Amino acid sequence: MVKGRMLQGARAMAEMCALCRPKVISAYPITPQTLIVEELSQIVADGDLEAEFINVEGEHSAASVVLGAAAVGVRVFTCSSSQGLLLMSEVIFNIAGMRLPVVMICVNRSVSAPLNIWNDQQDSIIMRDSGWIQLYAENNQETCDLLLQAHKIAEDHRVMLPAMVCCDGYVLPHAYEIVDLPSQAEVDAFLPSYDPIYKLDIDNPTTMGAFADPEKYMETRYMIQETMKKSLSVIEEVARDFGSSFGRSSYGLFEKYRVDDASTVVVALGSMAGTIKDVVDELRDQGEKVGILRLICYRPFPKEALYEALSAAENIVIMEKDISLGGSGAVATDMRAVFYGREACPRISGFILGLGGRDITVDDIKTTISKAQHQVADADFVGLKEDLELEGING
Amino acid sequence: MVKVEERDKFNDHLLASGHTACPGCGQSLAARLVLRAAGRNVMVVNSTGCLEVFSSKYPESAWEVPWIHSLFENTSAVAAGIEAALKITGQLDRVRVIAQGGDGSTADIGLGAISGMLERGHDVLYICYDNEAYMNTGIQRSGSTPYYARTTTSPPGKVSRGNWRPKKDVPQIALAHGIPYVAVASVGYPMDLDRKVRKALSIRGPKYVQIHVPCPLGWGTAPERTIDFARLAVLTGLYPLYEVENGELRALKIPKKVPVEEYLKEQVRFRHLFGKEDRKKEIAEIQGIADQNIEKFGLIVK
Amino acid sequence: MKITLGTVTHPGGSRVNKTGSWRTASKPRFNHQACVACDVCALVCPEGCIFGTGQNTYYANEDYCKGCGICAEVCPVHDIEMIPEAGEDG
Repeated sequence: MVKGRMLQGARAMAEMCALCRPKVISAYPITPQTLIVEELSQIVADGDLEAEFINVEGEHSAASVVLGAAAVGVRVFTCSSSQGLLLMSEVIFNIAGMRLPVVMICVNRSVSAPLNIWNDQQDSIIMRDSGWIQLYAENNQETCDLLLQAHKIAEDHRVMLPAMVCCDGYVLPHAYEIVDLPSQAEVDAFLPSYDPIYKLDIDNPTTMGAFADPEKYMETRYMIQETMKKSLSVIEEVARDFGSSFGRSSYGLFEKYRVDDASTVVVALGSMAGTIKDVVDELRDQGEKVGILRLICYRPFPKEALYEALSAAENIVIMEKDISLGGSGAVATDMRAVFYGREACPRISGFILGLGGRDITVDDIKTTISKAQHQVADADFVGLKEDLELEGING
Repeated sequence: MVKVEERDKFNDHLLASGHTACPGCGQSLAARLVLRAAGRNVMVVNSTGCLEVFSSKYPESAWEVPWIHSLFENTSAVAAGIEAALKITGQLDRVRVIAQGGDGSTADIGLGAISGMLERGHDVLYICYDNEAYMNTGIQRSGSTPYYARTTTSPPGKVSRGNWRPKKDVPQIALAHGIPYVAVASVGYPMDLDRKVRKALSIRGPKYVQIHVPCPLGWGTAPERTIDFARLAVLTGLYPLYEVENGELRALKIPKKVPVEEYLKEQVRFRHLFGKEDRKKEIAEIQGIADQNIEKFGLIVK
Repeated sequence: MKITLGTVTHPGGSRVNKTGSWRTASKPRFNHQACVACDVCALVCPEGCIFGTGQNTYYANEDYCKGCGICAEVCPVHDIEMIPEAGEDG
């Protein structure tokens, strides 16, 4: 028997958020994030979660409201997408620098112009340098599981960094799937109440957000960088705890699917891994040694663990829904850096797929894998419409 | 001779000495007076700017009360979050929240967040320290820079007579939100300022207090004359001190009209208006603003 | 020195900055002749470094006084004057 209920993704995420008992929630509507905050508003309105829900005048303020509340020492939540996340970006960096363990969901959507409300992962990938932990989910169950874990990771005194759970817009929050949500008692047992190291308190006044001159600023960056590296083991530890508490595996830094004897390994983030797994199964049936490593934790980038997991492969095929325009895909760039100058030296190819909601088909994936087995690709766009005339390019 | 440490034991200033504001800084004085009125049971959110920079160089904080700086434009939103957290944790009955910033963060970059905070009804006192330009970055024009003032981005020149627009009226914008208390104060009238801050903090809900704070560096005035220029701004009618409590207006009366030249002539930022016959028109326009204020707020008892 | 998470620090640390060293020209002298203990000098000192408990007791803590001269300017009985930094003793 399948455990769980048939829920729309957004409802499941909102219920999971409420189970984590945030005291202050602030958000601003943006497609395709809106469903989640609508559901959360209703949960608060119904008295099912004792929280302040602050409807702000923009995402910059949404992030600022949760920053302020977190500074008082309470658990907080926000949620955004695309332009909203970009508008937040100044605060996103600020939250990390202030070492406030804010947790948010980024419902991944493309970045304008042109305006496009559909899914890719450009928005959160842009935030990779901010000092936030970034976890990418494949489905609604995992989004909920990671949301719970994100609070525990972020608030761990060895970490004290914000965490962003990323899920693919429309593909997940708008889809109905069976999701198994834990009980309040189970969540309370797994996630203790937030215990801040520093907070605003009239009985013990602190100064937060003091500025650092050149004699001190660099150390603050080093501290985050070192903490990011250390948080890899905390993320794995929390995933293990989650597995033993809820009897459902959580993969930690990444999920390996038929990777161990594979000569060609696809690396991807988020929901497209589902389609890729089907292709892997099909190719395996035809005798091809193919697997997929689904990266969950993109920041911190688990360099050593990835080296270990992929050093036996001949081809690494990165399929990603983002592009550093004028450069390469972000994940491919990071992956090449893992192997450069090391003993194992697989061929690493980078492909850009699915931007702005373009379908990623089984054929696209097959063609891409086949291409990567014969040549090194760098930021090759897959799935372009060949019948379109592109001004300045071919027209 | 009593030792300095012993004599200073009654030093209970909540903005401590050793801050690095310029000599004669009106803003540092106003901030100390605000905390003097507010007492210890406050949390202060501070915008980026002079006040933040001269009081919070790590690890040397001048703040004796819980204090937080995040960014330039989000002070009201951070304060709203703090208020929400205090509310949900049952602390709002004993803690007051003050959000404060300069005129740039108030009239310009932070105005949207202020409007949101006021409109949502958060129990926060917003304080604008108005020194009428971006002083921290080196005296650039803000929306609160007065008519014809010289700043580094509104310089007089062959085709310019300084700032080309009159000052933005933020207190009236705050009032338009229908909030319970709006006041304009001046560092030149410290007891009036004290009373207004205490009054504001006694009222629940959003409050806005704007304080005129001369900046010797930015205005080109002698440091010892900070109080004088603050008073002259009031006595000319250029900076009317008033408060609106639940819609009822009260203004501080001035004994008699002081011509605006008395206020303008010794400030470097207005020097280009003097010494040339053809600048009479600009001074007359500034006088017109003062006259309008005197009429509008009933500043002179008839 | 410890760098804390988020550069969180504690109150009053600014007092290590002895801003009195900024004075270049003059400092206030409290004549203690005509003082009426109105407290205005202490009230309007931007450094918060003027203290007094009654008539003719006011003084500026020279560790912090930047010599701005506001106190001398506002004293209603002209009992404070700015004197050369070297002081009357030389």
